[in-house]
Amino acid sequence: MLTPEEWTAVRLSLHVAFWATVWSLPPAILIGWVLARFDFPGKGVFDGIVHLPLVLPKVVVGYLLLITLGNRGYLGQYLHEWFGISLIFSTAGATVAAAVVSFPLTVNAIRLAIGGIDRGIETAARTLGASRLDAFFTVTLPLMMPGVLSGCLISLASALGEFGATITFVSNVEGQTRTIPLAIYSATHMPDGDAMALRLTVVSVILALGALILAEMADRRIKLALGQL
Amino acid sequence: MIEIDVSLARSTGFRLEARFDAPGSGVTALFGRSGSGKTTIIQLVAGSIRPDAGRIAVDGETFFDSARGIDIGMEKRGCGYVFQDARLFPHMSVENNLRYGERRARRARTIGFDAVVQMLGIAHLLKRRPHTLSGGEKQRVAIGRALLSQPRLLLMDEPLASLDEMRKGEILPYLERLRDELALPILYVSHSVEEVLRLSDAVAAVADGKVIACGGLSDVLSRPELLPVLGRFDLGTILDCVVTAHDPELGLSTVAFADGELRVPLVGRPIGAAARVRIRSRDVSLSLSRPIDVSVTNRIGGTISSIRRAEGPFSDVELALPHGRLHALVTQESVIRLGLEPGMQVWAMIKAVTVDSRPAGFQSPGSEILSPPSSPAAPAPVRPAPPALRVVAGGNPPQEPS
Repeated sequence: MLTPEEWTAVRLSLHVAFWATVWSLPPAILIGWVLARFDFPGKGVFDGIVHLPLVLPKVVVGYLLLITLGNRGYLGQYLHEWFGISLIFSTAGATVAAAVVSFPLTVNAIRLAIGGIDRGIETAARTLGASRLDAFFTVTLPLMMPGVLSGCLISLASALGEFGATITFVSNVEGQTRTIPLAIYSATHMPDGDAMALRLTVVSVILALGALILAEMADRRIKLALGQL
Repeated sequence: MIEIDVSLARSTGFRLEARFDAPGSGVTALFGRSGSGKTTIIQLVAGSIRPDAGRIAVDGETFFDSARGIDIGMEKRGCGYVFQDARLFPHMSVENNLRYGERRARRARTIGFDAVVQMLGIAHLLKRRPHTLSGGEKQRVAIGRALLSQPRLLLMDEPLASLDEMRKGEILPYLERLRDELALPILYVSHSVEEVLRLSDAVAAVADGKVIACGGLSDVLSRPELLPVLGRFDLGTILDCVVTAHDPELGLSTVAFADGELRVPLVGRPIGAAARVRIRSRDVSLSLSRPIDVSVTNRIGGTISSIRRAEGPFSDVELALPHGRLHALVTQESVIRLGLEPGMQVWAMIKAVTVDSRPAGFQSPGSEILSPPSSPAAPAPVRPAPPALRVVAGGNPPQEPS
């Protein structure tokens, strides 16, 4: 059905999308909460920086990653020197690129979900003896699970589709950074790559549909548990 | 003792200057129109909003003091808060809602889980989810949840306002049990005279962000000068009585108060029990001579102490009784025709009486109009045993039992 090369691209795509989502979720929840619930000086600038990857061309995001996290980048040189970590040409780098690009979308979904939670219910928890953090973990977080879920789905989808930042930052290395979009791009440059591009396109459609259906099922279960259905 | 002396300016232009002391026991109603600042006051006590300046202390423990830089966190204040909308946690069962505060209680456990569940009649709901409960059930669970956090003070923000009349009737008896069975001071926000009459011992009247009067229930609510600010309602006269006899055949009970007796529709309480009686001013008419051949059963003699023009064609006539007073609403025309003046002796005929099942025996401590920066003073209400009553005879004019 799929060639070994194509399987590698599919596995790599799932790996990158999964880990990009997992790693970006905790900071996305934190930042979504801060943006939804707190006012502080410079909030506008902070909000802007968080959303920058959304509005910048993805190639620019990739280039910015290259000059900061590349082996000779501002931070990357120390990562390389001190820890021996090299992100370029690596799957970890592709994951970072996907996480950065999908991050603002995740934050937005979570922020929206928190905005929809009645603050009064957090106040109720506080009057019952819960500290701010306690109330967050026992009341806010469970109630925002539908938002977290939709944030995860958006993150997965955008990570699966990430192209520009990845190819600029970590290049197009088979088995390392060549995810499905990059493999399709490569296939269109090969003389007999049409069949491969088509097969990977079908896989993309199946992955996207599957993710949507799974998310819908999970959403129903969560809302049932929260008494929202 | 709950001491409150705070100021707060909101961005909406609303200004709150609240200064009053509430007794450290019993129910103190914060009473006033909506938008007057009642809820803001209890939010300040709970700590969910912070005053610009001032001081809040409960039982000698300072919650907030801008001068000393004290601001105790909401979760450490020990204020049980019952919200207008129950605010139950939708993702937890009723039982886990109830346990939430109990697990986090900072004070010694004096209020037990089983006792609360039984008192509020929610044992059969424990496994249910909040969204399957009726409005009245939700509110009972919310009350239980607040109680189990072992509060030192219970704050109730119009807990009945979002319920229909049926549900209100369902909750009120539980609130009465709460008040009677637990030695827990309660600040109760309400704009409903009925609720305040039924539940509270003391009243702080709130208008335009200020506490304009504070003291015993009947004292504060019967002050005519508060009528324009609190809105018009016919409070009439409140008498704390004791049930002395039942006559099931006629469907009547007799209740006695310091200045005599009243025949009222059969009261479902034992002889010797306390009952609070309310007589609306418009249900009282006046006669110059002792009425004999009239259908009205309840007749009481008294001396006119004041006549005050009310709205429309009416005047409010206040009668002084040996131990209390009674208000009658009559037309200005009648005042002129009968030549009514202060000092005259007249007979009051009481056409209708409402009996609240509230235990009486609460003595109003006397009230004092507060205007900042005068010193606030509201003595704690005491709940002595109902006073031994005797029918006052031989006074002038003599009172006429039935």
